[in-house]
Amino acid sequence: MALSATVVVGGCSSSEESTPAGSSSASRSSTLNVFAAASLKKTFTAIADEFEQQHQGVKVTLSFDGSSTLVNQIKQGAPADVFASADEKNMDKLGEQAVDPEIFATNTLVIVTAPGNPKGITSFADLNKPGVTTVVCQSAQPCGNATDTVERNTGITVAAASEEQSVTAVLTKVTSGQADAGVVYVTDAKGAGDKVATVVDPAFAAVVNSYPIATVQGAANDAMAKEFVDAVLSPSGQQILAGAGFGKP
Amino acid sequence: MIRRPSGPAGLPAWLYLPAALGITLIVLPPVALLTKTPWSTFLEQVASESSRQALVLSLQTAAVSTVLCILLGVPMAVVFARHDGMLSRVLRSLVLLPLVLPPVVGGIALLYTFGRLGLVGEHLRAIGIDIAFTSTAVVLAQTFVALPFLVISVEGALRVAGTRYEEVAATLGAGPTRTLWRVTIPLIVPSLLAGVVLAFARAMGEFGATITFAGNAPGITQTAPLAIYVAEIDDPQAAIPLSLVLVIVSLIVVVGVHTRRRGTGQVAS
Repeated sequence: MALSATVVVGGCSSSEESTPAGSSSASRSSTLNVFAAASLKKTFTAIADEFEQQHQGVKVTLSFDGSSTLVNQIKQGAPADVFASADEKNMDKLGEQAVDPEIFATNTLVIVTAPGNPKGITSFADLNKPGVTTVVCQSAQPCGNATDTVERNTGITVAAASEEQSVTAVLTKVTSGQADAGVVYVTDAKGAGDKVATVVDPAFAAVVNSYPIATVQGAANDAMAKEFVDAVLSPSGQQILAGAGFGKP
Repeated sequence: MIRRPSGPAGLPAWLYLPAALGITLIVLPPVALLTKTPWSTFLEQVASESSRQALVLSLQTAAVSTVLCILLGVPMAVVFARHDGMLSRVLRSLVLLPLVLPPVVGGIALLYTFGRLGLVGEHLRAIGIDIAFTSTAVVLAQTFVALPFLVISVEGALRVAGTRYEEVAATLGAGPTRTLWRVTIPLIVPSLLAGVVLAFARAMGEFGATITFAGNAPGITQTAPLAIYVAEIDDPQAAIPLSLVLVIVSLIVVVGVHTRRRGTGQVAS
């Protein structure tokens, strides 16, 4: 209660010299800073484009990076109005600074291989077959965390040639032929099109990654931030996300 | 006319303000790191299996890279210093490219050269050599970025030294190889050492090309900078102790180079 009061007071004093509080927040600050997980790049760019069309004069500035990197940036005072995380763990790390987080999408893991699956990989266990070079995400990343969970659930530990720092790095190692197989999200595999073949292990279904979105405490443009969150949750936003392969919340 | 009093070397007093600001800009961040270091757990964290493993790998790969830099860089520097043709000048600029190239770009370029489907990598693989995700890839990445440091140090020194002594040696009947070992190389030893130290430091600090090209596997390709980066993702505090160790290593290196410089006064870089 005390916290939100401070924010309101802060908001008022900053708007004193501009328009009266009632005359719409849009004219007060026309830039909305959205920090989103790297895996949301395509979908959030599309949603932001639509949002800008519907809100004349509003410029949505998108910052994409690993969720944990973004959390650290926000904690260090980066000016984020909205934060969309690739997992709940990183949203939790933001603590009280995340206002009313809501799940807006889900993602599951898949195995990607070279087109045509030359190594004949059909399951998670096959990643340990001799002669198969596999890369996975580093444990601190949501995709790595999810892979760890699959390992725990199945009792299969993947002997990875490399623990990549992002899911896109895993994908690149596979599409460039550096690795034979990688564990990525279904959305990454879909985004890569025919550059990869996709293998689904039944064990993946049990490990669903939820993507939460929240406005950031003390956002410079609180009302607009809430509208952006609503846009992501709206049927049109959900359609864009579904088109990229994201699951329903 | 009375001259206004100024600094010891007759410098204008105002010069000290921007100079002090510059020093602050460079010295403050390492100091900030010191203030944030969790001293109570410092040793424990540095000695942790992952930190120790990464440091050892960094020292080993950087040492191998430095040897490669000497073997490849010194001959290159000699050739560049003694040829002034168009070709030599173009090649010399190309050799300096890794110096200005964003490291991640260097990593991608290496990937398309020595990666499994790369220009050279494809053929290496055909004969059973696969360097993807191996410590060899780390060494290649480090050598790629560190080599120019050695080349410019040595080449600069060779140009300053000139060819007088070599000409004398030749008139006294020494062959080119003998002259190289007995005259040319001894003349540039201080600069060579400075170049070696710089190359080693650059190899130790290599990050972008390594993570892009060699990957990140603890004990195999995860060098200290990669371990720091990965630790930083999850827990920024955990990254500090190892960062501080790298600051200390780098400090030892630059102090080493600096004292060399004062001794010889002819290191060009």
